[in-house]
Amino acid sequence: MASITLENLAHSYHPNPDGDDDFALKDVNYTWEDGRAYALLGPSGCGKTTLLNIISGLLTPTHGRVLFADEDVTASSTAARNIAQVFQFPVVYDTMTVEQNLAFPLRNRRMEASYVAERVGRIAEMIGLQADLKKKARGLTSDLKQKISLGRGMVRDDVNAILFDEPLTVIDPHMKWELRTQLKSLHREFNHTMIYVTHDQTEALTFAEKVVVMHEGRVVQIGTPKELFETPAHSFVGYFIGSPGMNFVPVSVAGNKARLGDETFKLTHDYGNPNGDLKLGIRPEFISLTKGVGLPVRINRVQDVGRHKFINAALFDTEINITVDEGFEIETDMKNVILDPDKVSIFCDDWRIDAQSAGKMDGGAT
Amino acid sequence: MEKTVNQRAWFLVIPVLILVAFSSIIPMMTVVNYSFQDTFGGNNFFWVGLEWYRELLRSERLWDAFGRQLLFSSIILLIEVPLGILVALSMPKKGISASICLVLMSLPLLIPYNVVGTIWQVFGRADIGLLGRTLSDLGISYNYSQNAFDAWATVIAMDVWHWTSLVALLCYAGLRSIPNAYYQAAMIDQASRWSVFRFIELPKMRGVLMIAILLRFMDSFMIYTEPFVLTGGGPGNTTTFLSIDLVKMALGQFDLGPAAAFSLMYFLVILLISYVFYTVMITADKDEAQS
Repeated sequence: MASITLENLAHSYHPNPDGDDDFALKDVNYTWEDGRAYALLGPSGCGKTTLLNIISGLLTPTHGRVLFADEDVTASSTAARNIAQVFQFPVVYDTMTVEQNLAFPLRNRRMEASYVAERVGRIAEMIGLQADLKKKARGLTSDLKQKISLGRGMVRDDVNAILFDEPLTVIDPHMKWELRTQLKSLHREFNHTMIYVTHDQTEALTFAEKVVVMHEGRVVQIGTPKELFETPAHSFVGYFIGSPGMNFVPVSVAGNKARLGDETFKLTHDYGNPNGDLKLGIRPEFISLTKGVGLPVRINRVQDVGRHKFINAALFDTEINITVDEGFEIETDMKNVILDPDKVSIFCDDWRIDAQSAGKMDGGAT
Repeated sequence: MEKTVNQRAWFLVIPVLILVAFSSIIPMMTVVNYSFQDTFGGNNFFWVGLEWYRELLRSERLWDAFGRQLLFSSIILLIEVPLGILVALSMPKKGISASICLVLMSLPLLIPYNVVGTIWQVFGRADIGLLGRTLSDLGISYNYSQNAFDAWATVIAMDVWHWTSLVALLCYAGLRSIPNAYYQAAMIDQASRWSVFRFIELPKMRGVLMIAILLRFMDSFMIYTEPFVLTGGGPGNTTTFLSIDLVKMALGQFDLGPAAAFSLMYFLVILLISYVFYTVMITADKDEAQS
């Protein structure tokens, strides 16, 4: 086991890449610490799988290096890296039984029979396939097959890392929860470095200690679920994490004053005089609807989703979402909103401005 | 549920019945007819019952040809199947080289059978043939028209040259249908090249391989044109396979009765072996799916 370092990593599937657009992965620098559980989150086509395949050695990157601890493994084979990977769709060896499938990675490493039997037994118990051990893998349903794939990924206990590439796509929802819990407990027990690729934010946030968000071939933010939620570094993170995502309103900023439409709004930080496309970002959870105090809004519609209500409103021609609790009564004369000043972020050309604190100030609209 | 009784639909089957009757049933029944009778020409027939069958089953000539035929089919299957798999495995996977390979592989399949025979006949000649001349210049005595072993070697080499492509192309199609994820998983599981073949490629090629074996068996068991052109069944009777023998009997000696009986037994043997093979294949498939 070792930390995994990615240095100036870039990859293109074109033989002669020309320009940024040809790259599926653009300049990734990151160190995956040994023994942590990470989630790699991003929409389809953002380069998650490419990144994973480069770590496991299935792909050789166009540029950059991969290091395990201090050893450069960029040119090493997958086998030499001793890494486990579980794919999105089940891969089983048809002619083998479930047991032989699970034992396959161990037998390839010429482990002792008693050790193989013990590991296979444990893994089978974990994924709930003890009763099916002697069955041929070929006749099983696809979620059982995927469990075998998961089991094969976890059966070696000396791997450098276990990579999961959206492994629960074909699994039933109730089983998803259970398997994810088992993955977490496995992680606590063995302390493998785990990288879990997903496009499902709930999955990412519940599984990982650290979430790496990717967007168009770049890592846009790495942080704990809380950091991603409260201080998204990129407007994409704000929009992608949370349901509904962060609201973005065009704004102009001078020092600690923000101008929204024809209202001025005091910020808690001094942002100087930023140039570029400026937006104010605020999560729907941090907007409160009031009577007469704050910025004027026009409510378009209200959606009741059980524990919350989503209010869709227009704030100076920009659509925003507001989340209120189930018990909150919406009255007809609530035509203003207050944005929680501590939770406001300012984005310049999609990147969050990390303002130096200019001393706490009273927020709220003036 | 009430079924509509409408027998008129049978009329729609009539064209097919007529076609099948003229293309196979009537010719076949003619042969059956010949096999139970003797004729001295002039449309005079004498009923002989099972006499021809009895005679043939006792004849050494038929059993010898049958033995040669089995040996020939076994040898070419043992060579062509592994060789075809090997060729398919080493063919390029994509790009222009894959297309070139496919075209080159298909070429032998497009050559008419008697041309194949002629090609090899010339190829093997000691005076002008590339192969024959080269071998004799190297001091190896080689003469397919005099030496039985040389004749067999040449007939087998010819069949391998002609038909290995078919096995290879079928296997190649099977290989190309394997999703890349299987190879990736095998790499992750640190499988050896042999394991990849044994546990991924071979199981996935199973279906096409069965078809290839069946086709090659039937075809080789009925082989006629190529060895006839190359060796004419000689030297002596050493490369006289069943169909060559049958033609000799029917057209050379004009023994229509025995030849008809021969044809029917020949047909039944091929049918039987193919049926057994097919049944084994299907049951094995079902067992796999159920267990």
